[in-house]
Amino acid sequence: MLLAYAPIAALWGAVAAGQGFSPLEAILMSGIVYSGAAQFVAVDLVKAATPLSLLVFTIATVGLRHVLMSASISRHITHFPKLRASILMFWLTDEAWAILERRALHEKLTPAYFLGASMPLWPNWILFTGIGALVGNRLGDGSAIGLDFAFAAMFIAVLAGFWKGPRTGAILAASAAAACAAKLLVPGAWYILIGGIAGMAVSVALHSERETA
Amino acid sequence: MSIDPLFFLAIVMMGCATYATRLSGYLLLRGVRIEGRVKAAIDAVPPAILTAVIAPAVFLQGWAEMIAGAVTLVVALLRAPLLVTIGAGVASVVALRHLFM
Repeated sequence: MLLAYAPIAALWGAVAAGQGFSPLEAILMSGIVYSGAAQFVAVDLVKAATPLSLLVFTIATVGLRHVLMSASISRHITHFPKLRASILMFWLTDEAWAILERRALHEKLTPAYFLGASMPLWPNWILFTGIGALVGNRLGDGSAIGLDFAFAAMFIAVLAGFWKGPRTGAILAASAAAACAAKLLVPGAWYILIGGIAGMAVSVALHSERETA
Repeated sequence: MSIDPLFFLAIVMMGCATYATRLSGYLLLRGVRIEGRVKAAIDAVPPAILTAVIAPAVFLQGWAEMIAGAVTLVVALLRAPLLVTIGAGVASVVALRHLFM
């Protein structure tokens, strides 16, 4: 996981430096905002001199998928103290969430596991942002060695654990089709939310059929 | 090393926005009994969102990514460890990109 993170962080650092962010600004942003998708979008918006309110609103929409992720993970951490769980949520990135959901399929989550699975990604992300910002575009092209695919491969690996038969297949098909269609038709990161909601809708539809049968 | 105060404010506000999205789902559903249709919907979140995040990267880029995605899925279904699965996906996408170039 740490390996998959490093090139993305370094790439973002390099992009940010290319847009005139100082290394300190890039590092602070990685530490405080801590969301790859949000940071890439933010660099584009800052470059376009977007007003602050629109900037923050857009970042919130990019992060909307995390509302669903934290809602989903909340079922597995009902036994955590509320304050501790609320603090832990800061480190709930896509990758940490995927690892936690995978674990929760078979074992009860503990605060220690949550912390151990999520928190180490954070300094790693900050460190490689700094390296990327300082070294800049002297870094090679990550896609030449397939690093851009590491993220997708990891999600596929986690996804395989959720297979529960044809019903899952229908959910995945709906989600994939809706996400691809939205990606082509709607600008921005809405495709994640649209795909997710399509999958949820199919799940609800199949659920009620089964109940009345 | 320098930082613009306005820019710092923007970073903090963006950080708050990101944290708010991560916290709200937890606070909203904490202590709520989840059953029936709501349970069906929430149960579908992990696979549906995982799929939605990667679907464009796998299906819309070209044959190499599509086939590599299938290879990764097969390796994952064989219950290979996570790192082996990621390695298989990355290796196959590199090989396939050379093939299709």
